[in-house]
Amino acid sequence: MISPANYVALAAILFVIGGVGVLVRRNALVVFMCVELMLNAVNLAFVAFARLHGDLGGQVIAFFVMVVAAAEVVVGLAILTSIFRARRSASVDDANLLKY
Amino acid sequence: MAHPLVLAASAASNTEVATFWVLAVIAVAAALGMILTRRAVHCAVLLAVVMLILAGMYAMQGAPFLAFVQVIVYTGAVLMLFLFVIMIVGITASDAVVETIRGQRVFAGLAGIALLVLLILVVGHATIGQAAPAGARNSTQNISGLAKLIFTTYVFPFEVTSALLITAALGAMVLAHRERTSPRPTQRMLSRRRVASGRPTPLPGPGTYARHNAVDMPALLPDGTQSRLSVSGVLASRAAEARAAARPAIGGEVIGAEQESAGPGPGGPENQAPARANGQKEER
Repeated sequence: MISPANYVALAAILFVIGGVGVLVRRNALVVFMCVELMLNAVNLAFVAFARLHGDLGGQVIAFFVMVVAAAEVVVGLAILTSIFRARRSASVDDANLLKY
Repeated sequence: MAHPLVLAASAASNTEVATFWVLAVIAVAAALGMILTRRAVHCAVLLAVVMLILAGMYAMQGAPFLAFVQVIVYTGAVLMLFLFVIMIVGITASDAVVETIRGQRVFAGLAGIALLVLLILVVGHATIGQAAPAGARNSTQNISGLAKLIFTTYVFPFEVTSALLITAALGAMVLAHRERTSPRPTQRMLSRRRVASGRPTPLPGPGTYARHNAVDMPALLPDGTQSRLSVSGVLASRAAEARAAARPAIGGEVIGAEQESAGPGPGGPENQAPARANGQKEER
């Protein structure tokens, strides 16, 4: 039987890759996808810990994370399309008017 | 001689070990590909790979309900939403390669490596033992156990979730709504505009009377010239993009000028060659 530590380590690797993607990429869509990757990685850790403790609480939390992520994606993509409609660009560098 | 049940259990655990390592390697490779590919579509496909692998891992860890929710909600709904927005934004939307902040990528990579080392050290130092034996709550009665938890212990967060979903749906509708700033054109206005435009007839279809019936082949007019109007402008810009990618050394202006002079812009170089050989000149 494989140890839950392996799953947690994999979750950590995926989380870090997602975080680097958020920092590096300039396309807002790709940034969103990397955020989704981070959320998925955390879900994997939740499920691994739920199995470790023989308790279903972690799975319930992962379920709630999925719901909140779905809501976040809906609103985020709506914001993205409205920005794209106004500026014809999906780059995070072009939406910088609040800076000045 | 070992009990058959023990043998079956060890075989199952061996299968889990092998499956874990195969899937983990693919997942990490796909995640790395996500941050390395330039096109958003490739990124979405690789993210689908990662999500499906995670669904398999949930199933391996005694979470069949979450595995199916992962496939249906994430891979089915969320990723499709992503793909729809990619279609709106433009399928060719790719990332800019310029760094807006100098050295940002290097520092992001260093920060990522530092965070990875930190997390792996934490995981390695923590005493994470073997998994608890899969009891009745965790394996066979997964769904009923989850339902019991959601509707007893977590019933208040569950109700709050419904408020969140309604708010998100309303927010998406408000954000995606566009007020019409000008009155809707009537049919009379449209027909007037059409006659005033100088071309009251429909545009010629692509490929008609030409050698191929493809959409990227310009139609031939009765006098043998090619009608640029018959090809969609999207194809023309895509061909220009492909040419710019094939010859990155040439600037945008030069390519545009060459496209003006070289005949039918759309369709790429292989479609242009016969047109140039025949010495056909283009109309408009």
